[in-house]
Amino acid sequence: MGRYVIRRLLQAIPVLLGSTFLIFCTVYALPGDPVMILGGERRIDPVLAAQLREQYGLNDPLIVQYWNYISGVFVGDFGETFQGVQVADLFAGKFQVTIQLAVTALIIEALVGLGLGLYAALRRGRWQDHAVLALTLLLVSVPTLVSGFVLQLVLGVKLKTELGIDFFPISGTEAGWRSFLVPGFVLAGTSIAYLVRLTRTSLMETLRADYIRTAVAKGMPRSRVLGRHALRNSLIPLVTYLGADLGTLMGGAVITEAIFNLNGIGQQLFQSVARRENAVVVGVVTVLVLVYLLANLIVDLLYAVLDPRIRYE
Amino acid sequence: MKKRSATDVLPAEGGLGNEPLLTVDNLHVEFHTRAGIVRAVNGVSYSLSAGETLAVLGESGSGKSVTAQAIMGILDMPPAVIPKGEIRFHGTNLLTLSEEGRTQVRGERIAMIFQDALSALNPVFTVGWQISEMFRVHRGMSKRDGMKKAVELMDKVRIPAARQRVNDYPHQFSGGMRQRIMIAMSIALDPEVLIADEPTTALDVTVQAQIMELLAELQRESNMGLILITHDLGVVADVADKISVMYAGRIVENAPVHDIYKAPAHPYSKGLLDSIPRVDHKGQELYAIKGLPPNLLDMPTGCAFHPRCPYRQDNCVTDVPPLYEISGVRSSACHYWREVLDGSRG
Repeated sequence: MGRYVIRRLLQAIPVLLGSTFLIFCTVYALPGDPVMILGGERRIDPVLAAQLREQYGLNDPLIVQYWNYISGVFVGDFGETFQGVQVADLFAGKFQVTIQLAVTALIIEALVGLGLGLYAALRRGRWQDHAVLALTLLLVSVPTLVSGFVLQLVLGVKLKTELGIDFFPISGTEAGWRSFLVPGFVLAGTSIAYLVRLTRTSLMETLRADYIRTAVAKGMPRSRVLGRHALRNSLIPLVTYLGADLGTLMGGAVITEAIFNLNGIGQQLFQSVARRENAVVVGVVTVLVLVYLLANLIVDLLYAVLDPRIRYE
Repeated sequence: MKKRSATDVLPAEGGLGNEPLLTVDNLHVEFHTRAGIVRAVNGVSYSLSAGETLAVLGESGSGKSVTAQAIMGILDMPPAVIPKGEIRFHGTNLLTLSEEGRTQVRGERIAMIFQDALSALNPVFTVGWQISEMFRVHRGMSKRDGMKKAVELMDKVRIPAARQRVNDYPHQFSGGMRQRIMIAMSIALDPEVLIADEPTTALDVTVQAQIMELLAELQRESNMGLILITHDLGVVADVADKISVMYAGRIVENAPVHDIYKAPAHPYSKGLLDSIPRVDHKGQELYAIKGLPPNLLDMPTGCAFHPRCPYRQDNCVTDVPPLYEISGVRSSACHYWREVLDGSRG
C-alpha cells in the first residue's frame, strides 16, 4: 500500500511537468504582447518596454522561460506578477474561496445526486423515475449563465423582498458558508445530472445481481438489502466520478465566481489570461493539476476500501 | 431471541398434523413481458415431508427454478404473476402471507442455496460477516457471538482452518468451498426446508459428490425436508427419495427414485435416462431427445412434449394429458404411460 502511494506520487511528477509546459506554451502562443497590455490604452515608451521585457525575461527562448519558472516552483517560488505581487500571496485567499465553493458544490452534488439517483432506481419505470430523469435533462440543458442569474434573483433577491427570508446572500462571501450554497448548487448543476443517472443505473444493475437475491432469500428486510448489500456495491463507480469531479469543479468555477462575485481563482485565472501573465496562469494550473492527481489517488485508495477484490502491491 | 411474527400465523415446528411440511398445489406462474405472457409454471403440485428429499428434474426453462423461487417468495413481481395455486407451509398458504410474515419464513424456516456461489455471495463482505448476518438480524446476536457461530458453521460444513478463514472474502475461496459457505449460511438457523437450486452444476465432478454427500449428511442430522433441483439424473440417484420430472412448466412424472430408474413411465423421463452416457454403451452414438424444448410463449397444443415424442398418437396433439395415477406414489402425465412403462421394462 505504502509503496503504491509513493509510486503514484512519483508518477505525478512527469504529469505535472507535462501539463504545466503545455499551458506555458499555450499562453506564450496567445496573440498580444504582455508588456503592451500592461500599458492598457496608453502606448508604452519603446525603451521602457524593452527594459521591461528584459527584466521579466520575455526575450529568452520559450524553453529558458519555462525553466526559469519551473525551477522556482520546485523551491516554492511561484514567481511574481508584472505588478510585483508574489503569486503565492495572490493565491492564498483566492484558493480558499474556490476550495470552499468546490467542496460545497461537491457535497450538494453527492447528496442530491446520490439521493435522487437512488430514489429513481427504486421507483424504476414509475412516474417518479421519469420525473427525475426529466429533471436531469433540465439540469444539463440550462447553462450556468442562466441558472446562476435566475437562482440569484429568486433566492438572493426575491426571497428577501417578497417573503422576508434573508438566508441566501446575493453575492460575496461575507455570510460564511451560506454564501456558497447557491453558487455551489449552480456550479454542481450538470454534475448532479450525470451523477443521478450514473447512480440510478449503478443501483439498478446491482439490484439484478445474484447476491441481492441471496440477501432476500436469507430473510433480510428490504431496508437492509438496499442499504447494506446493494449500496456498498453500487458506490464503487460513483466514488470514481465524484473524485474526478472535484478537479473539474475547481477549474470550472470561472462563470459562477463571476456571477456571485466570489473572489476565487476562477476570476483570477480569467484576468491573468487576459494580461498574459504566464506565472499566474501556470501557477493556477499547477495547483489544479495537483488537486486532480491527489483526488484521483484518494479515489483509487478508496476503491480498495470499498471493494476487497482490489489490492495494491 | 427476537420475536417472530410468523409464529402468529404459522404453527411452531413439529406441529404438523396430517399435512406434509410443504405442499405446492396447482401452482401457476406467468411472466408478463413485452413479447407476451410466458407461462413458466402451469399447475405444478408436489409435497415434501420432514426428512424427505424430493428431486425436481428438468431441463432449462422447465419451470423448476421458478417454482422454487415462488416458494421462497423471491420472484420479481412484476413481471412475475401468480394467478393460481397455493404454497402451503404447515398448512398456511405462503402466497397470502404479508411481506413481513414471509421475511420471517425466509432464511429462518425455509432456506435456499443457489447454483453459482461466487455470484450468489456478496463480493464486498467477508464470508463470516455474511454467515453471521443470519444470527445478527434474525436472532439479534452481537457481532462477536455471530462470528463465533459462523466459525462453528464453517467447521460443520468442513471448511479447513475456519477460524482463520472467517475473515476472508468469497473470491479467496475455491468453488467447492464457496458452495460450502452458501450451505453454512443456509442451514444457520436450522431451517425445516432447504431448497438447493442446482447446487453442484458449477462444480467439478469430484467436488459435486462431496457437496451432495454433505447435503445428505446435514439433512439426516436435522431431519430437514430437502428439495433438490437439478437437470442431472446422475446426481440425484443416491440422495433423493422421490423424483418429480418437469417439462414445459408441468410435472410429467412423479415417482419414488428407484422406480423411475428401473422403469420410467413418461417418454420424457425415459429420454432423460437414455441420454445418460453409459460405460457399456461405449463406442455407440449418444442418445439425445430429438427436437428442442418448447417456446413458452407459443406452447404446443395438447401434450407439450408431443412434437418430440416417439410414442405420439393423434390425441396427444389435441388432449392435454392429466396426471394418471399409476400407483399410490407414482403418476405420469402421458396418455400412453402403460406402453412407455412396458417398453422400458422390456
